[in-house]
Amino acid sequence: MKKLTGIDIYKLLPKTNCGDCHFPTCMAFAMQVAAKKVALEQCPHASAEAKAALGEAQAPPMRTVRIGTGEREFVVGGETVLFRHEERFYHPTGIAIRVPDNLGEQELAERVERINQLRFVRVGQEIGVDLVAVEHRGDGNSSRYAGVVERVRGRTKLPLVLLCPDPKALAPALESIAGSRPLVWAATPENWEEMSSLAARYKVPLAVRAPTLEGLVELVERVKGKGAEELVLDPGGRGLLENLTRLILIRRLALEKTFRPLGYPTLVFAESNSPMEEAAEATAYICKYGGIVVIEGVESWEILPLLTVRQNIYTDPQVPNAIEAKLYEVGAPNEESPVLVTTNFALTYFTVEGEVENSKVPAYIAVVNTEGLGVLNAYADDKFTAERIIKAVKDYGVMERVRHKKLIIPGLVAVLKMEIQEETGWEVIVGPEDAAGIPAFLRNEWSPN
Amino acid sequence: MELKIPEVKQRWPNPINTVKIGATRDEGGTRTSTVTVGGATSLPFYHFEGTIPHPPVVAMEVWDIPGEEWPEAVKEPFADVMHDPGEWAKRCVEYGAELVCLRLKGCDPNGANKSPEEAARAARRVLESVGVPLIIWGCGNDEKDNEVFPLVAEAVAGENCLLGTITEDNYKTLTALCTAYKHKLIAESPVDINIAKQVNILALDAGFKLEDIVIFPQSGALGYGIEYVYSIMERTRIAGLKGDKVMAMPILCDIGIEVWGVKEAKAPVPEWGDPKLRGPLWEATTAYVYLLAGADILIMRHPEAVRATKATIAKLMGLDGR
Repeated sequence: MKKLTGIDIYKLLPKTNCGDCHFPTCMAFAMQVAAKKVALEQCPHASAEAKAALGEAQAPPMRTVRIGTGEREFVVGGETVLFRHEERFYHPTGIAIRVPDNLGEQELAERVERINQLRFVRVGQEIGVDLVAVEHRGDGNSSRYAGVVERVRGRTKLPLVLLCPDPKALAPALESIAGSRPLVWAATPENWEEMSSLAARYKVPLAVRAPTLEGLVELVERVKGKGAEELVLDPGGRGLLENLTRLILIRRLALEKTFRPLGYPTLVFAESNSPMEEAAEATAYICKYGGIVVIEGVESWEILPLLTVRQNIYTDPQVPNAIEAKLYEVGAPNEESPVLVTTNFALTYFTVEGEVENSKVPAYIAVVNTEGLGVLNAYADDKFTAERIIKAVKDYGVMERVRHKKLIIPGLVAVLKMEIQEETGWEVIVGPEDAAGIPAFLRNEWSPN
Repeated sequence: MELKIPEVKQRWPNPINTVKIGATRDEGGTRTSTVTVGGATSLPFYHFEGTIPHPPVVAMEVWDIPGEEWPEAVKEPFADVMHDPGEWAKRCVEYGAELVCLRLKGCDPNGANKSPEEAARAARRVLESVGVPLIIWGCGNDEKDNEVFPLVAEAVAGENCLLGTITEDNYKTLTALCTAYKHKLIAESPVDINIAKQVNILALDAGFKLEDIVIFPQSGALGYGIEYVYSIMERTRIAGLKGDKVMAMPILCDIGIEVWGVKEAKAPVPEWGDPKLRGPLWEATTAYVYLLAGADILIMRHPEAVRATKATIAKLMGLDGR
C-alpha cells in the first residue's frame, strides 16, 4: 500500500510552526504522523480537508465488506498481498451456490437444505459453503422473487446474495429481509441509479458490474456518489481467462497503486457446462483473488475439492500447521489396543489418523509436541527425541490404560527404538515409514501378546 | 469525471528456459511428435504482460509392472493393458497424453526387483509402441536406479527423453548419462527452494546445461500439503523471471501418484459423494491448482482428469475461441 510520507503530510499542515502540537515545527510533527506515532488530531489547526485526505490515505488499500449477520456473517476483502508467501491471504474466498427463483416449493426447500448440509471437517477444521445466491430469472415474473427470497431466508442461516439486477423485483425482497444484510448483485450501467439508492436506503453491500474495467471504474465512482459505500466488484468478463486477467489487474491496482475505485473485494461467476469445468474456473478464482465465487453444483463430491483448495490456499504460511499435543483415540480403543506415536504437524497427524481409521483397528495415538514439524524435520531439529516421546507417553498415562507395554514408533525414526526401550522397559515396535502402510501393519503385524 | 487506470503491467527481464523433449527422425530419433515447454516471459497465464509461447502439457503414467495397487476407479480404464507397457502407453495416447511417463516401479528391490535389462526392454517397448516423447522415472531406490539407468539411457539414446530424478544426494550417474546420451534431466528437491537451486548447481558443476533441466519441487495432492508446493513454485517462477538463471526452469508436477494415494480420491465415504466421480475431480482440481502456480508438465492418471485439464489449459491459453 502507498503510504503518505512526512512531506506529503507537511503539505497538508498550516506550516506556521506554532508549537500547539507540542512539536517544535510542522515538519517534525508531520514526520511523527507519518510514522503513526501521533494522530493528526493533535494539531488543533489542521483543516477538515487535511484530515479527510489523511484518513483516506491511511485507509487500507482494499476494503473489508461484511455480508449477513450473526454466527454465519461472511467477511471478505481486506487483503494486503499479491502472493501468499509474502504474508498470507486473510479472508478465504466465499463459496456461494445459486438457487434459481423458478424452482417448485419442494425443489427449493431441498436445494437449500442440501446447501446447508455441505459442511465437512478437514484437518480438524470445519469447512463449508458460505452463501446462498438467490437468482432472479427475470422470466416476466418479478413479483415472485421477493417471496422466494423470504422462503430461502427462512430455511438457512447462511447470508444471502440477491442476484437480481431488476430494481422492481429487488425492492420488495429488500423490504422483507434487508435486516439480514444480503449482498445485492448488481449495479450495472443500465440500472445503477436505482440499485445504488436501494443499497444506500437499506444499508446493504452492493456488487458493481460493467463490461469493461474502465466501465467498472466509472460505475464505482457513480455508485459511490449515490451513497453506496460497501461495494463488491464483479469483473464482468466472458469466461475464465478474461475474468482471471481482470481479477489480477484489480488486485494489483488496489494494492500496488492504491487505486481507490478498485479497492474492493470481488465476486465472480464460474459459468460452465460440467462439474469438471466449473471446478477449473472456481479453482482459478480461489487461487487468484476471487472474493466470492458463485457456483451451480451442490453435490458433495463437487464441493469438497473446492473447499479444500480454499482451505489450503488461505492457510497462513507463517504459522506451522500444528494440532494440540495430547492422546487421541481412534474408534473405541481398549486395553488390547495398539499405541502409536507421531508428531503434532497437522498433516502428519491427520494422515496417520486417517490410515488408522482405514485399518478398522481401534487405537491410541500419542501426539508429541514437535512444534508443528513433521517426523523427519522434527527428528533433525531435536524435537522428536526418545526423551520427548517418553515424556509425552508417560504424561498421557496411556501405558496404564493398556495391558501390553508396547509402543509403535514411526519407521522413519527406527533409530530411537533402543533408547526408548532401555529407558522405559516398554517393547518398542518400529512401524511403517509411510502412513499408507499402517492399515496392513495393524491388521497383519500388530498383536497385544 | 474520467478516471485513468494506472499502468500496472510488469516487465520480467528473464524468460523461463525453453526445453524440448523428444526427437523426430530428422533429429535423430523416432518420435512422431515432440513437446516444448517453457519460454514464458510472465507469470502463468498473465498474457497481458508477456508471452507464453508454449502451453503446459499433460503426460500420462505407465508402469513396467501392472499397477496392482492403483485404486479401482483409475485402474479400470487400463486394466486390460497393464500387463504390457507398450499397450498401456498406446491407451494413454488415445486418452490424449502428450507424453508418456514410464515409471520403473518394477525395479524396486523391495518389490518385483526387475533387472536393468528388463527395464531397458520396457523402455524400448514403450518407444516402439507410441510416437510421443518419453519421460522415464526411476524406482526411487538410489542404488538400484544407478544400476538401471545406464542401460535404460542407452536403450533410448537419440530420443531426447526426460529422465529423472536427480537429487542432492544422488546426481552424478544420471547427470553423466544424460550428457552422454543427450537426454533432458529432472532435478528433484524436497519442497525447498534452496535445495532446488542447489541441485541445479550440482548438475551445472557436473557439466550439465541448465537449459536442459526441468525442476520437480515434489508434489502434494490437494489437501495434503499442496499449499507448500504452490508457494515454492510461485517463488521459484518469480525468481526465474526476475533473472535468477539457476531458477528459470520449467516445472514438473507428478500428480497422479500423489492424488490416487489419498482417501478423498478413492475411499468410499458416502457423505463425500460417489468416489467414481470424486477421484477424477480430485486429480483434475489438483492439476488446476498447480497450473496456476506455474506447472509446465503434469503427470496424471485418470482419462477424465486429463481431458478436463487439457480443456482448462486451452481456456487459460485463450485457445478455446473466447
